[in-house]
Amino acid sequence: MKTQNIMIVGVGGQGSLLASKLLGRMLLEKGYDIKVSEVHGMSQRGGSVVTYVRFGDKVYSPVIDKGEADFIVSFELLEAARWTEFLKPGGRIVANTQRISPMPVIIGAAEYPQGLTEKMQVAGLDVDAFDALALAEQAGSAKAVNIVLMGYLSRYFEFTEQEWLDAIEKSVPAKFLELNKTAFQLGRNA
Amino acid sequence: MKTLMLGNEAVARGLYEGGCSFVSSYPGTPSTEITECVAVYQEVYAEWAPNEKVAMEAAFGASLAGKRSFCAMKHVGLNVAADPLFTIAYTGVNAGMIIGVADDAGMHSSQNEQDSRHYARAAKIPMLEPADSAEALAFTKLAYELSEQYDTPVFIKMCTRVSHSQSIVEPGQRVEVSRKYEKNPQKYIMMPGNAKMRHPFVEERTRKLAQWAETCEINRIEDGTDRSIGIITSSTSYQYVKEVCGDKYPVMKLGMIWPLPQQKIKDFAASVDTLVVVEELDSFIETHCKELGLACVGKEKFSCIGEFSQNLVAEKLGVDTVSGTKLDAAIPNRPPVMCAGCPHRGLFYTLAKNKVTALGDIGCYTLGAVPPLAALDTTICMGASISGMHGFVKSGGGEGRKVVAVIGDSTFMHSGMTGLVNMAYNESCGTVIIVDNSITGMTGHQQNPTTGFNLKGDPAAKIDLETLCRAVGIKRVRVVDPYNLAECDAAIKEETAVNEPSVIISRRPCALLKYVKHKKPIIADDHKCVGCKACMKIGCPAISIVDGKAKIDNTLCTGCGVCAQLCKFDALQAAKEA
Repeated sequence: MKTQNIMIVGVGGQGSLLASKLLGRMLLEKGYDIKVSEVHGMSQRGGSVVTYVRFGDKVYSPVIDKGEADFIVSFELLEAARWTEFLKPGGRIVANTQRISPMPVIIGAAEYPQGLTEKMQVAGLDVDAFDALALAEQAGSAKAVNIVLMGYLSRYFEFTEQEWLDAIEKSVPAKFLELNKTAFQLGRNA
Repeated sequence: MKTLMLGNEAVARGLYEGGCSFVSSYPGTPSTEITECVAVYQEVYAEWAPNEKVAMEAAFGASLAGKRSFCAMKHVGLNVAADPLFTIAYTGVNAGMIIGVADDAGMHSSQNEQDSRHYARAAKIPMLEPADSAEALAFTKLAYELSEQYDTPVFIKMCTRVSHSQSIVEPGQRVEVSRKYEKNPQKYIMMPGNAKMRHPFVEERTRKLAQWAETCEINRIEDGTDRSIGIITSSTSYQYVKEVCGDKYPVMKLGMIWPLPQQKIKDFAASVDTLVVVEELDSFIETHCKELGLACVGKEKFSCIGEFSQNLVAEKLGVDTVSGTKLDAAIPNRPPVMCAGCPHRGLFYTLAKNKVTALGDIGCYTLGAVPPLAALDTTICMGASISGMHGFVKSGGGEGRKVVAVIGDSTFMHSGMTGLVNMAYNESCGTVIIVDNSITGMTGHQQNPTTGFNLKGDPAAKIDLETLCRAVGIKRVRVVDPYNLAECDAAIKEETAVNEPSVIISRRPCALLKYVKHKKPIIADDHKCVGCKACMKIGCPAISIVDGKAKIDNTLCTGCGVCAQLCKFDALQAAKEA
């Protein structure tokens, strides 16, 4: 199988590491070769963060380059717009419509661009934009945005719902399991 | 059973399986997780040392006692440990000793982009360089065998993309190794007479290891169908080359980066039309090839600056790539920022307000350099704030200026103390501000000698900073709460005005620590807010101006109340606690 590429992008502290952990576990069970690259250190402090998940018969590079991503899963709208160049022609963006202003916007040195979803669509990109934060809150915690997004992404893969739920069970603490299962289903059926 | 592991976690597993009994390290991105992961194994004693020099010397002592040992550090940490490094190279080891060093090409979390491979050559110590997690595990075990067989410490050299990428490994069983210590002055006392005897041994050892490099399995050739070019590469560069070229060109994949084979490389070069060296950072393999008299393509195509990627390698090799769609919109940058509730914020605001010249150091608080605070003047290396300030004020830099050094608790223990001793001893002036957030923050919350806990999470001896500063001869030592702006302001004004060295300890735990209880979010009153933006001067990510009024992001705000102290209109108020 040709290598599949999923980029998970967002703002440091939003929980993208759990999303990549879940994907990694899921794909390992399926017998793929996998590489997952994470960001640690300074960039985590509220900066723009990106995690690369690659799987297939044989994966060499740990990173995804411009024009290569089959999916970009974005925890925040501006971050989706930032990384579009990495999307493969025919790839898909799954974006949370939540907006988090970066420091240049907060201090008034730059503006948060308006109409980003439409701009991406006008550029010919396939974008699924939805309010994952609202669904996460509905599931019981704003922190479950990561699992809502994974639920949404899951519709594009052939793995069964049960396989995903099993992977969630192995990735989250028991006391948050029901919340995360609900979040996953809300995302999957959004 | 196959499992996914970070490269760093795989090194830790390799240490465990390889019979490692002693680990001493100082945290530093991207090396930190090796030590955190190995600490969970009961069979391994693991600790955070105050700095890399101490860690390496401790690992040497453990090897001497007959236990397989390890120390880890980032590339710049190896500079700190360079002193013992060059002499442990002479003594060699008793039980196996591994030095883990992780480079940061691309400077994701570092102040420079130095190439640690030069240390292997300069100190005459073998260096293994894994390209993924499976190799990280296997090479670590191999390193112990080489260490004992050739009587040498061995480097395991990582880089950000190998350290922080997960790939598949198959864990194995642990072996137990123990040797007896026997006194051996000729080997272990490196006074000139003995060291003169050891140096020829070191040269002979390198010659033997270079022989091993000719035939070892970790320096392998992967054949290709097109011999117009042949590529020599290692580490993550190998992955990019294979991603782009597959099995098209022959590839020599080097697992040992020092010493390098000679005949093997000559034979490989002779089997292809053009030799190409693909390596990140400096021309290390390329220089070796050129010393062998081989023509090769290297740094004229593949830059010594920054990280590589598959597209970069493709472009340099003339392979087409597909590009994505860049959005036609001005996308503002999202630089890292101090977290909401960060105790450093109030202090930096006060420094900026008082137009203080502040020599900075290495840690989260380096972010005090970023607008709107922009409160720092320098960042060099661990400890340089204090010693740099001393030189600055001794050279007239303090005339007409308030001058301070800003350093974290962990960094102060690492190498700030000696600078403070220098200030006291040489009768300097200037104010050292220790921003004590009770943890090593930037690298992800590691304990240090001031926190009262050790690496394993158990209670430990706690160094008292006030007592320490007074003991070295600083008479003016005071503690402030950085959430209290008036207190900070008074302390900075008073201490920078006196003609003697002083220390201000700005003390409050990191807001991200689990035990830190946050208050309810600050309440912004739309009716009282006049939109003066005074609260925006602290660069808090939880505050923004929406429709001309201050707005608090309740998901981020920790209720620290620093912003409320800036509001002259009482528009930012603490919520009533239940």
